[in-house]
Amino acid sequence: MTAAPIVELDGLTKRFSRKLDVVERFARRLGATIDDRAVQAVSGVDLSIAEGEVVGLVGESGCGKSTLGRMVAGILPPSAGTLRWHGRDLRELSPADRHHANLKIQMVFQDPMASLNPRLRVADIVGEAPVVHGLVPRREAEAYVAALLRQVGLDPAYLRRYPHQFSGGQRQRIGIARALAVKPDVLVCDESVAALDVSIQAQIINLFMRLREELSLTYLFISHDLGVVEHISDRTAIMYLGRIVELAPTPELFDKPNHPYAKALLDEAPRVSVEKRRFAPIRGEIPSPLDPPSGCAFHPRCPHAMPLCSAERPALREIAPRRWSACHLNETTGP
Amino acid sequence: MTEPLLRVDGLKTHFLTRAGTVKAVDGVSLRLDRGEILGLVGESGSGKSVTGQSILGLVDPPGRVVGGRVLFQGEDLVGAGEKRLRAIRGRRIAMIFQDPMMTLNPVLSIGTQMVEAVQAHEKVGRAEAWERSRRALVRVGIASPDERLAAYPHQFSGGMRQRVAIAIALLHSPDLIIADEPTTALDVTIQAQILFEVQKLCRETGTALIWVTHDLAVVSALADRVAVMYAGRVVETGTVAEIIGNPRHPYTRGLLESVPSRNRRGVPLRSIPGMTPSVLDLPEGCAFHPRCDRSTGACTVMPELSGEREDRAWRCWNPVAAEARGDAA
Repeated sequence: MTAAPIVELDGLTKRFSRKLDVVERFARRLGATIDDRAVQAVSGVDLSIAEGEVVGLVGESGCGKSTLGRMVAGILPPSAGTLRWHGRDLRELSPADRHHANLKIQMVFQDPMASLNPRLRVADIVGEAPVVHGLVPRREAEAYVAALLRQVGLDPAYLRRYPHQFSGGQRQRIGIARALAVKPDVLVCDESVAALDVSIQAQIINLFMRLREELSLTYLFISHDLGVVEHISDRTAIMYLGRIVELAPTPELFDKPNHPYAKALLDEAPRVSVEKRRFAPIRGEIPSPLDPPSGCAFHPRCPHAMPLCSAERPALREIAPRRWSACHLNETTGP
Repeated sequence: MTEPLLRVDGLKTHFLTRAGTVKAVDGVSLRLDRGEILGLVGESGSGKSVTGQSILGLVDPPGRVVGGRVLFQGEDLVGAGEKRLRAIRGRRIAMIFQDPMMTLNPVLSIGTQMVEAVQAHEKVGRAEAWERSRRALVRVGIASPDERLAAYPHQFSGGMRQRVAIAIALLHSPDLIIADEPTTALDVTIQAQILFEVQKLCRETGTALIWVTHDLAVVSALADRVAVMYAGRVVETGTVAEIIGNPRHPYTRGLLESVPSRNRRGVPLRSIPGMTPSVLDLPEGCAFHPRCDRSTGACTVMPELSGEREDRAWRCWNPVAAEARGDAA
């Protein structure tokens, strides 16, 4: 990619740990070895997103894709690793610059009903942030919000309405307008079309693509829906149990996935097709992140697992230009 | 033509609410033969779930079946008494719901619940009922069934719970299973496992299946025939190949074109404008006409379901031309 990276993740990690309760603390004082119970939701993710690029992030529940998205959006602080904005470590920025950087990355959530305050009118939901951050004077806020509503395809006459007076698709448009209100450069979309009906989903996908053109936005598009990600993103990253297992330009990844998990995921995603097909699913369940398998986390379900796979975790390596995969098979047989 | 396993004739289920009468299902007709898989497709509010519930008499008040017939092996279930329905539910017609946590009792072990389900319909001893439950779990691909029978629902993952729900539905080898969005909440790899088991079971046992879903992709892979619903009515019906390959109703075509697919990567999707109408205030005539790009003056009168055959029909004055559509990926 020729464009400079706008956001870079370097070894980004998030651990959620539970504090020990009284009994456990007491037991530890008496000499018992009790560790904090920690879930490593995201483990050492490296990813660089170029300006104007759409990166799709795919994975099943519990793989850490939402946690990763929240760290990028600045909602969750990372436990380890660095997040760079235009090449500069966010932690080393001055408070004012960091504040500015945080505003430039906004998030669109999955469930618009849960992410919009039911007691505020649309004018306040969308208009609050730009006024607070001094982007727009208070008396011009209403005209500003009206223009935003028009941009996301809503009638500005809806300014005085409450969220419950809208349909799901319209609410999602309000969520998008709110994210756009502070003039961001990057949108993190976490399952933003998952809760919508097919015909409405298509409208919102089209809206995302139009806004990208109009405002030259960069997206981190998180979804479990492979069809949506294939449609919208330039590059796709596939996550399994807290790590990226494959990262490649979207057409190449969907045509010829390299990692066995990526293959399985693509094979099993139902597609609209006239041909009836037999499902030949991979066995087993997604392992618990509380107790991840040794070595490659996918090895207990992998049809090609070798002894090495349970012993050593494969690193994410560049197997071809711009194609990254974390699998031992690439070392023994080549890609 | 032989008598089908199930024939739904002009079924009407209305909800009498304070705000007015909601015609959730308004004249739906379906037929299903033995061993056949029918996909009942629609978006939220189309009446697909209420149709499934009406067949088994499971509609809660203020909802009521106000018209039509549900002929199951020739017997009308709409007029049937509660006692008769209880004898049929679970034994001849089973139902699988979207959320298995809602169907399983959290304070009883899986074994207790399954034995209860067996003994509700048949006079068998506990040991035999237990053995039958064990075999049902094995059939849906659950390993170490003895331990699983002793476990409680919260000890299972979502996919495993749905397998248990399917195992319970299979206990009496029913003639018909109605599945209401059973894989919607599941991950792709787990969904594929469930679809695999269901497909295999229907083929092996000759059980007919109504698969209620919003997901065209799942239906196209699983079903034999499809009925597309919009605002309480069936707007198009046909085989999977006919519906996917050559949709005649503009709504069906719109739905198919809304699905992101490989061939249209990066170009805008042809979305259906507007939104689903409120069931309290449906447009006059064809409920789809305000969103339809083919609508004419005729559309303010409700068109009848008509077409080549009884099971290949559409409800439209200006149907899409019959032609091979090449872009179904």
